[in-house]
Amino acid sequence: MDSEHRYLFDRPKNVSRILYLLYACCLAVLAMEAFVHRHVEHPWEGVPGFYPLYGFVGCVILVLVAKWMRRIVMRPENYYQRQDLPQHPPASKDAS
Amino acid sequence: MLSLPPFLLFYLAAAIAPLTTGRTRDVVLVLTPLLGALNLWYMPEVGQVDVVFLALELTPVRIDGLSLLFGYLFHIAALIGIVYALNVRDTLQQVSALLYAGSALGAVFAGDLLSFLLFWEGLALSSVCLVWARRTPEAYSAGVRYLIIQIASGLLLLLGLALYWQATGTLEFNRIGTGSVYGWCIFFALGLKAAFPLLHSWLVDAYPEATPSGAVFLSAFTTKVAIYALVRGFPGTELLVYLGATMACVPIFFAVIENDLRRVLAYSLINQLGFMVVGVGIGTPLALNGAVAHAFNDVIFKGLLFMSMGAVLHMTGKINGSELGGLYKTMPKTTVLCIIGAASISAFPLFSGFVSKSMIMSAALDAGYNGIWLLLLFASAGVFHHAGIKIPYFAFFAHDSGIRAADPPGNMLMAMTIAATLCIAIGVFPELLYQALPFQVSYSPYDTTHVLVQLQLLLFSALAFVWLNKRGLYPPEINAVHLDLDWTYRRLLPRLGRPVVVALSRLDSALRREVQRRVQRSLECVRRLHGTGGLLSRRVTAGTMVGWVTLILAVYLLLLLLA
Repeated sequence: MDSEHRYLFDRPKNVSRILYLLYACCLAVLAMEAFVHRHVEHPWEGVPGFYPLYGFVGCVILVLVAKWMRRIVMRPENYYQRQDLPQHPPASKDAS
Repeated sequence: MLSLPPFLLFYLAAAIAPLTTGRTRDVVLVLTPLLGALNLWYMPEVGQVDVVFLALELTPVRIDGLSLLFGYLFHIAALIGIVYALNVRDTLQQVSALLYAGSALGAVFAGDLLSFLLFWEGLALSSVCLVWARRTPEAYSAGVRYLIIQIASGLLLLLGLALYWQATGTLEFNRIGTGSVYGWCIFFALGLKAAFPLLHSWLVDAYPEATPSGAVFLSAFTTKVAIYALVRGFPGTELLVYLGATMACVPIFFAVIENDLRRVLAYSLINQLGFMVVGVGIGTPLALNGAVAHAFNDVIFKGLLFMSMGAVLHMTGKINGSELGGLYKTMPKTTVLCIIGAASISAFPLFSGFVSKSMIMSAALDAGYNGIWLLLLFASAGVFHHAGIKIPYFAFFAHDSGIRAADPPGNMLMAMTIAATLCIAIGVFPELLYQALPFQVSYSPYDTTHVLVQLQLLLFSALAFVWLNKRGLYPPEINAVHLDLDWTYRRLLPRLGRPVVVALSRLDSALRREVQRRVQRSLECVRRLHGTGGLLSRRVTAGTMVGWVTLILAVYLLLLLLA
């Protein structure tokens, strides 16, 4: 494989193009809310910007809580391998 | 009725396949689901076969709208999985995959609980081989744990059906409900395989340890048979709504931090099952249609995602997000196909997830479950976050791992293309799927409100991902194990059980010592009596013997004289 070959996202410019496209789409769907009549079933649905806000805040909370969970549930990579199989010589010297 | 029971063709193929080699076997494998689908096409739309066995009235085959839809689904899944696995030359995997698909078909067409139980156990026994076929120590022990839990589910079902038969005198598999002990037994037996909260750990434990193609089959059958059985036996059970909402929300937290990308998919599989379980719990025709339609779509898009990650694993030998990245450069086709799967699971308009998930969401609102609806909305945003963005991003983009693996073999790409085509076809023409649904409901997913709000939700979730990444708040992929509930039986219970085992073994050895002491003592006694100079081992001459005999005879004589 040619190591000098530059791929699509090797140029930072292309990455920022994608991001600008995303920002533009976000703005567009937000703006469309003003022009499209939405029929509302849930009491909170009528609040302007409910869905964008819910999606954004929901995801941020999801990630931050998950990150915090790592403190409790994270273990070294070989956590289970250390004891799942009988050890030879038997567990007298536990390396880590 | 000329047609065969749907499972029989797969079982026959499983018997024939090992006798063939090379191209012939490929032909047998590919023809099986195709002929099966043809067979299904010619079957009557409603009908059943009754058999009397040991005075039990059994219905090994029953056909109605619900089982027919799952029947077609499993044929599609089997075809996709078989094409994907064509380059695998492993008889164990091929035979067990055929048996697995056959058992799934048998289960959805079983009209009584006993037949259902037999295929339910068939699912467990055949699927575990797909885990063991990885042939690593981790896969072996994960497979053992998987099998134990699957068999436990079967035993619970057996108990439930015995009580059911005792109470009602029939074994028909129709609506059961949770109004009785047998109902609860069957409910939790199904719940084990549907990965209910706290009963889910086997799934995230075993599926990521399976072979690349094994995971594709695993993701399709076991859990969907459980969903089918819940639709059949427990529609409208309110508890399911809350269980399902928990399933939809809790696993996504684990999915965000998990490093093994196939384990991320396993968590998102539970999340999708959550949506279906909510649908079953609501129990209105719209909700049940939504649950069934979502099961249909999930098999295809989750299969596609498992296939794309399987392709990455097959080509690079790695599956951890921390070790991958930048693969789009040399695996462009896999990247595009994976993104189609990701868009489908995220329920982007024009992709298959959208047309079925929105049915469940609408049904939740119709039935007045406002809080549940909010949770499902959160889960929808979350699924885009971890399955829609995280999977493709960390595998194919993110930092350049330097791996320059090529796209996978043609058969794998072909299978993924079939799945991707179906994802888009169902998304664009939902009527294709809707007209096959078991209940008559008119529903149109494509109204302006739905499309707009779904786009708002998803695009701003993506924005959150970008923002978190730019601020450095996004948790990096770390080579680590994240504990789940399987920790309780892999670590906690053994640890708690150790004192008991130690005490028992002490008692055991004390008992053995005592018994040994007694045996020893009686041996001593025998030795004393029979040893040299012992009472019973003194040498006696023949003359002494004759003397004693004479004496005894004399005594007899004397006694006779006196009498």
